[in-house]
Amino acid sequence: MIRFEQVSKRYPGDIAALSDLTLAIESGEMVILSGHSGAGKSTLLKLIPAIERPTQGAVVVNGQNVSALKRAAVPFLRRNLGMIFQDQKLLHDRNVFENVMLPLTIAGVPPRDAGRRVRAALDKVGLLEREKAMPIALSGGEQQRLSIARAVVARPSILIADEPTAHLDDDTARDIVAVFRSFNQVGVTVLVATHHEALFAPCMTRRVTLSHGRLAP
Amino acid sequence: MRGWLLHHRKAAGQAVRRLAATPVSTLLGALVVGIALALPAGGKMLLTNFQSFAQHMAATPQLSVFMATEAGKKEASDVESRLRRHAQVREVRPVPREETLQRFKTSESLGNVIASLPRNPFPDAFIVVPRNEVPATLEAMRADFAKYPGVEHVQLDSAWVKKLDALLRLTRLAITLLAAVLGMALIAITFNTIRLQILTQGAEIEVSRLLGATDAFIHRPFYYFGALQGLAGGVVAWLAVLGATLLLRGPVAELASLYGIDFFLHVLPLADSALLLGLAALLGWLGAWLSLWRHLLD
Repeated sequence: MIRFEQVSKRYPGDIAALSDLTLAIESGEMVILSGHSGAGKSTLLKLIPAIERPTQGAVVVNGQNVSALKRAAVPFLRRNLGMIFQDQKLLHDRNVFENVMLPLTIAGVPPRDAGRRVRAALDKVGLLEREKAMPIALSGGEQQRLSIARAVVARPSILIADEPTAHLDDDTARDIVAVFRSFNQVGVTVLVATHHEALFAPCMTRRVTLSHGRLAP
Repeated sequence: MRGWLLHHRKAAGQAVRRLAATPVSTLLGALVVGIALALPAGGKMLLTNFQSFAQHMAATPQLSVFMATEAGKKEASDVESRLRRHAQVREVRPVPREETLQRFKTSESLGNVIASLPRNPFPDAFIVVPRNEVPATLEAMRADFAKYPGVEHVQLDSAWVKKLDALLRLTRLAITLLAAVLGMALIAITFNTIRLQILTQGAEIEVSRLLGATDAFIHRPFYYFGALQGLAGGVVAWLAVLGATLLLRGPVAELASLYGIDFFLHVLPLADSALLLGLAALLGWLGAWLSLWRHLLD
């Protein structure tokens, strides 16, 4: 489903973020990506939606080489991916409902269907009764759940999350882990970068560790 | 097709909301654009009016024959009968000096000045309509009439119509140049407004891109924004020209009537109004396009 084939990524100034990385993630897997700060976790995740392009090698998602994708094709790749960002990237001038609606508006889903799907997504993360709230009025855990609802509302087959439990207390973080697990149980491929790998231990998932841009043994 | 319409409706709605969110700057923007457009639009309105007037005049060339002010009634009637006998003359309309005086006396603005004069400053005059409009014949008639005793001045009205026509052509060119310069100003204004909008909507643009929005999706509301701002400016300009037309109509008609001309200032014709609004929207759109091209396509 996702394959990294001898991928290297260098940033200007000759900083190597990833070196000769080869990795395959199968459909329906839940993979925890761990490693020290600066090990290349975020870079690896950014290569999948073509936010970054590899300097060498190929990144293949659903049989499509995204590293060679034309600019105009990138939006359609991203619509099939659910992304949760380290800084959440919520729109603070829109309420909970409107934030989750955005991916469906972009995809051109008719408003009536879209409204139903937004409520279904909010229900899954337990935010249904807060649909009119502004993001600023939500707690840290609720904000994270909101960003998960936005990531899954378009029913992507792949869910990518970068440090989704950062800045959350342990109980709240465990809630978030459970939400990811429930999506994985219904067949969604989940890839989570975290340095809280212990929190995900109960999920009995595959763990991939990065060290200085390479797979650690 | 339905999805496409939906996207456009959303984008237009979003543009309207963004305009409504900052009513003061929207209003000021519309005023700036409106004033810039009102100048060429007002010029065009005046030009159209004078052009139709000039055409009307050119269609019937006339000769005005003015008697000397010290000439008496006898000489005036002699000249009139000679004019009537002239082979090339179709019609003679006498304009007695008393009538001219009366007409000016009833004028609001000039009445007092005229009344204070010790004697009638106007001469007897005749308006002569020729049988044909060949310039050489008209010129010959003018030379003939000037030799009649008591005639001080003969004016060939087609000559000033020609001059007026040349002047109007020059004015038209000047208005076109003015419109081009101010059109560029409109593009520059929109360019800058859209740049500020892009900065304000930075977070939304970034998030939309990450969620799979195409360039078209992101750009569309800005195009609508630019076009709507231009259109609002066009409406302001149109209203300004309409107001000016209605205010000027009375005084202009009065001035014209003093020259014995029936002149009615018309509002901007429908085609010109549509052109003004269409062009304003188009230039706004163009400003948005330039701004997006400069600020969003990396």
